[in-house]
Amino acid sequence: MIEIQAVTKRFGDYTAVNDINLHIKAGEFITLLGPSGCGKTTLLRMLSGFETPDEGLIRIGGEDVTHLAPYRRNVNQVFQSYALFPHMTVRENIGFGLRMQKVAAAEAAKRIEEVVALVALQGFEDRKPSQLSGGQRQRVALARAIVPRPSVLLLDEPLSALDAKLRGQMQIELKRLQKHLGMTFVFVTHDQEEALTMSDRIAVFNKGRLEQLGTATEIYHQPRTAFVADFIGEANLLPAEFVARTDTTVRVRIEGGLELNVSPAQWPAGLQRALVSVRPEKVHVSKKPVDCENVFEARVEEELFQGALDRLLLQFTGGTRLNAVVANESALLEAIHEGDRVWCGLHTDDLVVVRTE
Amino acid sequence: MPTPTASRPLLPSGLRLLNLGFGVWTVLVFIFLYLPILVLVAYSFNTSKLNIVWEGFTFRWYADLWSNVPITRALKNSLIIASFTTVAAVVIGTGGAWLLHRYRYRFSRTLQTLICVPMIMPEIVMGISLLVFFTVINLELGFLTVILAHVTFCFPFVLVAVQARLQGLDPALEEAALDLGASPLKAFWLVIVPCLRPAIISGALMAFTLSMDELIITVFTNGLGSATLPTVVYGMAKKGLNPMLNALSAIFILTTIAFVLFSSHLRKLSTR
Repeated sequence: MIEIQAVTKRFGDYTAVNDINLHIKAGEFITLLGPSGCGKTTLLRMLSGFETPDEGLIRIGGEDVTHLAPYRRNVNQVFQSYALFPHMTVRENIGFGLRMQKVAAAEAAKRIEEVVALVALQGFEDRKPSQLSGGQRQRVALARAIVPRPSVLLLDEPLSALDAKLRGQMQIELKRLQKHLGMTFVFVTHDQEEALTMSDRIAVFNKGRLEQLGTATEIYHQPRTAFVADFIGEANLLPAEFVARTDTTVRVRIEGGLELNVSPAQWPAGLQRALVSVRPEKVHVSKKPVDCENVFEARVEEELFQGALDRLLLQFTGGTRLNAVVANESALLEAIHEGDRVWCGLHTDDLVVVRTE
Repeated sequence: MPTPTASRPLLPSGLRLLNLGFGVWTVLVFIFLYLPILVLVAYSFNTSKLNIVWEGFTFRWYADLWSNVPITRALKNSLIIASFTTVAAVVIGTGGAWLLHRYRYRFSRTLQTLICVPMIMPEIVMGISLLVFFTVINLELGFLTVILAHVTFCFPFVLVAVQARLQGLDPALEEAALDLGASPLKAFWLVIVPCLRPAIISGALMAFTLSMDELIITVFTNGLGSATLPTVVYGMAKKGLNPMLNALSAIFILTTIAFVLFSSHLRKLSTR
C-alpha cells in the first residue's frame, strides 16, 4: 500500500530522516515508534504531504506521491492537537472532507451519521469543539479523518493528550475500529506500551534511522540493536567477550569475570564483542538453587515493592549488577529482602545478543 | 500574607493617607478628561449661541446640522472614504498578516518594520510625501488619493491585530484543512479567516475610526469635491465656535461609545 524508498529529509545540517526504506501492507496497523526527534513525525508528514523528501520516493497505492500536495492525496491525518475547526459544529467538522470532495448533501448526511454512530458521538452533532471533553474531541478528529474513506489513515500521537485510563480505552477502540474498517493505519508514538498493544508491526526509529521492523513479539523478544532492546521494555545490557564455542553453546565472559552460555544461533562465528540483553522478568531468582543453564549466586542490593511485582537489584561477585522483576505470588512463600543471598538463573534462550555500535 | 478569602492584600495602614491622595488625584484626572466633553454635550442643547450661559433647552443645533449642506456633504464624503478605506485595509492587512505568518521571507523582519512605520510616522511628513508622490505620478487629487492615503496608515493596524491573533492559532488547523482536501485558498477562506474574525473586526473598526478622524493627511491629499468632515469642521471652527459643532461632537462621541461597546461585545462573544 505504501512504499517508502530510500527517503532522506534534511533540515539545514540536521538529517531528520536518513535513508528509510519501508513497505507498509494494505490493511495493516503499523506503528512508527521512537523517542522525540527520531524522525518518525517527519516521516509521517512526508506521507501526508506537509514535507517533501530531499531524496527518495514515496508511493501510496502504486501512485508516486513524493511531490503531491496534501490536498491531492487520498490520505487523512489525525493531528496531535486534533486541530478541530473551532467555528464549526461537530457535524460540520466531520463533514468538511466530504464538502471538499463535493459529495452530494444526502449522501454526506448519511455517511456523517454512520461515522458519528461508529465513534459513539450521537447527540453531540450540533456542539462546538469547545463544548466537548478531550476524549470526545479525539473522536471527532478521528471521525473527520475516516469519513472521506482515505486509503491510509495517519495518526500523529493522537492519544498523548488523554489521561492514562482513557488512553487505555482508546487504544482498544482504535484497534477495533481499524479492524472493522480494514483501513491501513500508520500510527506515530513515543510510547512503547501503546505500540506493543495496538500494532501489527512496529518500526523502531532512532536518530533518523530505522532500527528494526517487526511484530510486537519480534521486537520485544528479538531486539536487533542495543537501542531497541533498551527502548522497548526494560533490558539489562551486559558487555560480553567471546571465550569458546561448542555445538550447543557459546561461552562468553561478561564484565566482572562471570561466564555465560548463550545460544550459538545468537552469536555468529567470528564475533568478538557484543552486548547480551536480558529482560528483568527473565531473571529467575530464588533462595534455592534454580534449574537453568546459567546459575549464579548473588546478593540483593535493593528491593522495591511494587504491588504485583517485586523489583530487585542483584549484585554478583565481581560487581556486575542486574535488574530483576519477580512476581509477588505470595508474601509468605518466599519473601526476598535486601541483603539476602539468592540464586539467580538465566535460560540460554532468554539471552539475546545485540551488536554494539 | 494574604488571607485565603482576599486574593489581593489590603493596603498597609501607613499608606492609607497616601491612598486618599491618590483617590483625589484620580478623580481630578477624570474630571479633567471628561468634564469638557460633558459640558460640550450639555451646550449642544443650549438655546444661546455662546458657550457661556445656559438659556434654555433646544434641538435647534441638531436640526441646523442636518440641513447644513457643507456638513452633510462632508459627512457623506467621510463615510464613503472610511468605508472604502476599511475594506481595502482589511483585505491588505489580513492577507499581508497571513502571508508574513505562513511563509518565510528573506527580509521578513525589515518588511515588518517598514509596514509599521506609517503607524508612527508624523502625519505632516506623510501628508507632504503623499502629496508629492501623487503630484509626481500626475494623479488628480480627490476621493482616490484620500482613500489611498488613508489605506496607507490604516492597514498596518489591521495587520498587527491579525498577526497577534495568528500567533495564538494552532498551525495544524490549516494543515487539517489541506489534509481534508481544501486548496490553500479554500483553507484560508473557510478555516483561517473565521478563526481571525474577532481580530479582523476590531482592526476594521480601528481603520474606520482612524479614517473618519483623520485631518492632516486628508488636508494634503484631498481635492475640491472630497472635503471630509474633519476638514470642514476645522474650517468652521477657525471662523468661530458654533453651537452646531457642539451638536456634531456630541453625535461623534455617542457613535464612538457605541463602536467601543460593540467591539468589546464581539470580543466577548468570540472568546466564549
